[in-house]
Amino acid sequence: MDLATLWACLLGLVFIFYVVLDGFSLGVGLLFPSARDEEERDLLLNTIAPVWDANQTWLVFGGGTLFAAFPMVYGILFPALYIPLVTLLFGLIFRGVTFEFRAHATRKQPWNRAFFLGSLVAVVSQGLALGGVISGTTVVEGRFAGGPFDWLNLFSIGVGMALVAGYILLGSTYLIIKTTGAVQQRAYRQAFGSAIVVLGFQVLVTILTPLHYPTVLAYWLNPPRIYFIWIFPLMGLVAFYGLMRSLKNRREILPFVCTVILFLAGYLGLIASLYPHAVPPTVTFKEAAAQRETLRLVLWGAVIVLPVVLGYTIYSYSVFRGKVSAEQYYH
Amino acid sequence: MDALFLSRIQFAVTTLFHILFPVLTIGLSFYLVVIEFLWLKTRQELYYRIYRFWARIFAINFGVGVVSGVVLEFEFGTNFSQFSQMVANVFSPLLAFEVMTAFFLEAGFLGIMLFGWQRVSKGIHFLATCLVALGSILSAFWILAANSWMHTPAGYELVNGKFMVRDFMAAIFNPSTLTRVGHMVMASFETSSFVVAGISAYYLLKGKYVDFARRSLGIALVMAGFFAPLQIFLGDRSGIGVFHHQPAKLAAMEAHWETNTAGGAPFAIIAIPSSKEEKNLFEISIPNGLSLLVTHTLNGRVQGLKEFPREDRPSVFALFWSFRVMVAVGFILLLVMAWAVLLWRQGKLYHHRLFLSTLLIVHPLGFLATEFGWVTTEVGRQPWIVYNLVRTAEGVSPIPAGNVLWSLGLFLIILPVVGAVYFFYVLKTLQGGPDLSSPIPPVQRPIGMESLAQAKRRTGEE
Repeated sequence: MDLATLWACLLGLVFIFYVVLDGFSLGVGLLFPSARDEEERDLLLNTIAPVWDANQTWLVFGGGTLFAAFPMVYGILFPALYIPLVTLLFGLIFRGVTFEFRAHATRKQPWNRAFFLGSLVAVVSQGLALGGVISGTTVVEGRFAGGPFDWLNLFSIGVGMALVAGYILLGSTYLIIKTTGAVQQRAYRQAFGSAIVVLGFQVLVTILTPLHYPTVLAYWLNPPRIYFIWIFPLMGLVAFYGLMRSLKNRREILPFVCTVILFLAGYLGLIASLYPHAVPPTVTFKEAAAQRETLRLVLWGAVIVLPVVLGYTIYSYSVFRGKVSAEQYYH
Repeated sequence: MDALFLSRIQFAVTTLFHILFPVLTIGLSFYLVVIEFLWLKTRQELYYRIYRFWARIFAINFGVGVVSGVVLEFEFGTNFSQFSQMVANVFSPLLAFEVMTAFFLEAGFLGIMLFGWQRVSKGIHFLATCLVALGSILSAFWILAANSWMHTPAGYELVNGKFMVRDFMAAIFNPSTLTRVGHMVMASFETSSFVVAGISAYYLLKGKYVDFARRSLGIALVMAGFFAPLQIFLGDRSGIGVFHHQPAKLAAMEAHWETNTAGGAPFAIIAIPSSKEEKNLFEISIPNGLSLLVTHTLNGRVQGLKEFPREDRPSVFALFWSFRVMVAVGFILLLVMAWAVLLWRQGKLYHHRLFLSTLLIVHPLGFLATEFGWVTTEVGRQPWIVYNLVRTAEGVSPIPAGNVLWSLGLFLIILPVVGAVYFFYVLKTLQGGPDLSSPIPPVQRPIGMESLAQAKRRTGEE
């Protein structure tokens, strides 16, 4: 495997880490309005307070690795997605400051709202950006050459809505692990409802994508993809079945695991349909890759540092493992 | 107003907002390392209370720093995509390393540092505090290495308008990296020491939390006593670096128009420089001052601004004055420290009301100096985005001005709101004062330790 391909895999890994980790943090934000009183809201915030910052860092790392490994992709997509990306930042600002600001506030209501809206804006703009990338970008001589609203279409709006449902599913299955009693029972119901919506969207996307993009259909029906592309929808269906059963049996950890597999199925299916394109429909990962020396240096850095990062991330999660109690994180 | 102008304003606004927070994060995290070390060593409860109090300020400050910092990493792509594509091979690894070695470290251990008191041992907690501090300094290192590369590019080869890597070590440790990292980290240490000192002085003036405030103040002043003179030294090193590598910038900072041929170059203390007439309309200067300052000789030759084509000059007025504000703050803080040493030797440090009031007044000045320092260095880099190689105008994204007008407008609403709320809650925390009574977590409490409250009851003091 050459360096560019290796980096494409690594980048894929970084983004799925982000989607799962910040996905459940943002999902808890989306579920915030369903909490009945301030005590429950405290509880919800406490489930993610020690980890949300580390989770969000994977997004910054995703941006950083994209810049380092595929500067052309970074240089084309960021101006192309200017509006959704800056909107994402605005959402993340309000989501992020709420943890501290709400703790200090006498009137919690404005920050309750900011936390929910910040999370919602962040999730929807991520979906719009992703939908925009899939819909295609106008590129001339290695530079973005389209208009400011090229990313906006029915498909990207659909992806935005799908992501809301997906992150609610991640958030609620995470809450099942971290909470007990009434909050946990509600999370079971929320997970059940959002899972059905997620499945609906995944089926819809799987049917619409080839109709909308004939190239993708041609990809699917020809070797080598025809040999394995069907694995991903199958994997999704199995994960969905597992999710439903584990929710019904009131299992605590399994629903989250199944949700991650469900996400992985959709994610891998998407990558398999687009690869080798980094900026559909024209630029490939190989064309967009940085100089060999750069790829090699950052790869060495990642090989040495990332295992350590993963190690202390797991340690940090283990420190805060178990059910969230009424223990006051904020004073 | 085009996309270039608006993007520059937006980058300036978001950077000047963001940098206020890391300054305190870096300095306070170091202060907290010292305090926790003292707590573990002496087992005096006061240190635990001091830690918890300043950690609350640290936490709220860190939160705003994180969310405003993410914006900057995105803006390289959204607003300066052509720059990003040109320099990525050399420049982007530094940002990637910043995330890998610094951001993850800070974020990973911040949770334990703030919320882990009940859950980890004393040693692990102290380790978490140290690693958060290390992360904040590593972050400063990488981002300043990247920024310094834009000022003094090295380790590259230009091929068809693209920067290719020749030598990574040379790029990372380019000629200005180490001096500028030192200058910025010291700015953070000094600013934070004065913030702690000023707020402690406020409590002493009010006669509140006296023991707590004295101890906080004492440690902060010892630290500031080292940092204030050291910062002037590092600033001088930075200035000499600018003289060697960015002569046009130095000439503009000093409003120095004509190269001195016979005799030394004067140092203008104040001046009204006019770019149009290429001279100072008014100035008060010290003869031979500038030569002495940058060449350390009386008659050293200092290139004047007129030697550079007009289109290659930065804005003289902005540079001259922003530089002077920064330097003035440096010297004011040094004088305050000299006074502190004098009072300390007379044993009057904690009682001298005029001194305590002065501390309270000067305590935010470090932020002012940091802001103007960044204005000096970045306005001084203009009109280049990579010094002497790529113009800022060549680096901007191919996007309509409307995009940037929209985002800049929103930033100008959102950032002041976030800043004001931050300020309000910090003031509220300061008003509330330290928590001197809630129980110390069992893992942290030494056996048989008398609590502050018990000690008070025993000695019968108020």
